[in-house]
Amino acid sequence: MSAEVKKTAEKQSFLAKPAVQSIIASLLCIIFGLLIGYIALLFINAKGANEAIITIIKNYFTYPSKAAALKYLGNTLVKAAPLLMCALSIQFCYQAGLFNIGAAGQYVAGAGASLFCALSLGLPWYVCLLAALLAGGVFGVIVGVLKAYLNVNEVISGIMLNWIGLYTVNMMLTGVKEVASPYTVSVANTNPSALLPSLGLSKFFSNNKYVTIAIPLAVLIAILLKVILSMTVFGYEIKATGIAKDAAKYSGMKEKRNIILTLFIGGALAGIGAAFLFLTGYEQWSVSQSSVPGMGFNGIAATFLGGLDPIGTIFASYFIQHITSGGAYLDKNIYPSQISDFISAIIIYLCGFVLFFKYFLNSRLKNKKNNAEGGNK
Amino acid sequence: MAENSEYAIEMLGITKRFPGIIANDNVTIQLKKGEIHALLGENGAGKSTLMSVLFGLYQAEEGVIKKDGKEVKINNPNDANDLGIGMVHQHFKLVQCFSVLDNIILGVETVKNGFLQKDVARKKIMELSEKYGLNVDPDAKIEDITVGMQQRTEILKMLYRDNEILIFDEPTAVLTPAEIDELMQIMKNLAKEGKSILFISHKLAEIMAVADRCSVLRRGKYIGTVNIAETNQEELSRMMIGRDVQLVASKEDKTPGEVILHVENMTVPSKLHHNNAVKNVSFDVREGEIVCIAGIDGNGQTELVYGLSGLENITSGKIELCGKDITRASIRERSTSGMSHIPEDRHKHGLVLDYSLAYNLVLQRYFEPEFSTKTGFLKKGEIRKYADKLIDQYDIRSSQGAVTIARSMSGGNQQKAIIAREVDKNPNLLIAVQPTRGLDVGAIEYIHRQLIAQRDAGHAVLLVSLELEEVMSISDRILVMYEGEIVGEFNPKETTPEELGLYMAGAKRKEVGA
Repeated sequence: MSAEVKKTAEKQSFLAKPAVQSIIASLLCIIFGLLIGYIALLFINAKGANEAIITIIKNYFTYPSKAAALKYLGNTLVKAAPLLMCALSIQFCYQAGLFNIGAAGQYVAGAGASLFCALSLGLPWYVCLLAALLAGGVFGVIVGVLKAYLNVNEVISGIMLNWIGLYTVNMMLTGVKEVASPYTVSVANTNPSALLPSLGLSKFFSNNKYVTIAIPLAVLIAILLKVILSMTVFGYEIKATGIAKDAAKYSGMKEKRNIILTLFIGGALAGIGAAFLFLTGYEQWSVSQSSVPGMGFNGIAATFLGGLDPIGTIFASYFIQHITSGGAYLDKNIYPSQISDFISAIIIYLCGFVLFFKYFLNSRLKNKKNNAEGGNK
Repeated sequence: MAENSEYAIEMLGITKRFPGIIANDNVTIQLKKGEIHALLGENGAGKSTLMSVLFGLYQAEEGVIKKDGKEVKINNPNDANDLGIGMVHQHFKLVQCFSVLDNIILGVETVKNGFLQKDVARKKIMELSEKYGLNVDPDAKIEDITVGMQQRTEILKMLYRDNEILIFDEPTAVLTPAEIDELMQIMKNLAKEGKSILFISHKLAEIMAVADRCSVLRRGKYIGTVNIAETNQEELSRMMIGRDVQLVASKEDKTPGEVILHVENMTVPSKLHHNNAVKNVSFDVREGEIVCIAGIDGNGQTELVYGLSGLENITSGKIELCGKDITRASIRERSTSGMSHIPEDRHKHGLVLDYSLAYNLVLQRYFEPEFSTKTGFLKKGEIRKYADKLIDQYDIRSSQGAVTIARSMSGGNQQKAIIAREVDKNPNLLIAVQPTRGLDVGAIEYIHRQLIAQRDAGHAVLLVSLELEEVMSISDRILVMYEGEIVGEFNPKETTPEELGLYMAGAKRKEVGA
């Protein structure tokens, strides 16, 4: 009996590990999300549903040639990098007890600043990147100052700033839009020096010219954040402020300064994220858009799917982008073009249940334990 | 209800394990109907765990619970409630942003056509409040009222539910001597009316005064049950600790030296009211003396310490530490210039509960070169080494040593950790606010020894205490605070608790010049 008990105890302690639970919960989200998406596809058109869901999961593997697959893997990565940056922005602030929903607006500010510097002022990429960092940071600081000194809820001020940012950027970039369309002129044609360097990375992706240093940089920044949070004095203070504001104050940490600094960093991360996309030339800004780009909001999902861990978030960001890109390959004659957004939205929605899954898992473990002991009595 | 059993509630052979620790090891408690049964034990002895099992917050691995002789299963607090078991927890379970009234009726609201009938509840609460002298304002928000009033709300909550088995978990820790007497009377009255009371305490005098029988736990083990009429404090403390303890702290006479803390006309605003919580207060604390601020809870002691430690900005006056003006200094500056602060609320201010013990032990020093590099990285190895040293030196017990999450530690050991951290800074001035609140005799003895050791080492100690016994036994000088003012200065050798009581209650005052 005792050996048996010991065995179950060991098994439980493995399942009870927070990291293991996070991964399991995240995987469950993905499975359930795909399942619900599949059911939706069945409803729309039962015949093609199998093929459709496989297409979404396969994404670039749809292409038979290795070269083409690699090229489109590149495209997925190009869009995953800014998503990762937004996710990191939200995550970093979350560690300090702040919900940075303003990441969407900080992303917009970064896009506006980098494109303005690139197209209107003709500046090189590193200046554009710096401008994006500062613009996002300033947006963060505004929220931070309001929070620290006037106790304005960061969610409210963040959402308000999202819209202020959007229309300001639309106005700013009207001067550099194409004559016949609402889109900004191409960076590659107007000011090639503003394009992020590839440093030969594009060669690995069948000369996909959009693959730049943005991708490895985003991963490096994630690792850097992990280091800052777990190993530095600053991380120690940030987390203490996040989980025990009063104790942080008692120990003499400058909580107001920390709140502002945290939101500056959060804003800067989202701002850089925007530059990581727009300075590749992969997308152009539409000055007539009237909704805040989803990147910042999707970042919330990526960070929760990633178990609130910078490293986990790298994979989560990639995954979310993977299925979003995969959705684009569906047969548009059978399925409406929105279906890809729909499926990723479901998974993103389910990501909100990561905590629920963890709770469910824990209570199951507890019941199992109780039953096991009951049986032994 | 079956009347065949003489016991209202029985817990037989209860065993509850936590990772790395057996909190209850085959513990048996039998509560007779209409008796006051004390449960005595040091912190970490397993009293709170045992009660949590009874209240359905934890499930025991072994053992049975019987109500009126019949076996019952208590899976959650609702089951306990249905059985008429009510509990005032050591750490209150109150909704911070709700009013006292809302908290009391929470879960048992009187409703008519979907609308709350607060007037009915208010009437009942006022009656109970009046009857038992539990002076509370039903409309005050919990976050705005003192710890003492919060506890009275908890007691009212239980009385409001007409529970017949009442568990008091350290109920007297924050009450004034007069209030404790009143509570004792209430408890006796309740018992006379047939209610059964489990009184968790480690205050031997209170147990002797109020209880009929007493069961003792030590390190999770059941030691025995004695009739109070047939025992004495010495025997109880021996059962609890396992050895003889010194109940009264002893210290040698010492002549105070230089002034360490000089406070001049300090006024501190109150967060709760529009007037000032501390009014124009002046005093000195010298090296080698323990100055004690005595007074009833809520007379400005909390705000006085907030003003001194920098948690609150003072509106006027001057504070000097070792001759240096620190009136406008930041909390960190005060700390590094030699002020240590053992805060009143160890969960709110004293600890980052979700950090490890090691991280908490460097909370005041993590930025020093000993624990962090110039480039801003924590020296985790050094922190661990330092933590292990303090854990060893100050006998801080926890299930996993330095990596234990502070939240999972017992109250006494959490307090030991804070004391270790603050004392090891070797401060010129140690401010200790109710450092023994909610702790058992063994831990109190330990803390008193630490405070006296600081004094003997020539440091200044400012102790804020609500317990007259403590005030009388360890201070060198007593200042009584009443309504934000210092109304009297006393030498403990030349005064009596009765005299202090008069000043604490505002019946008398004398001018105190600083």
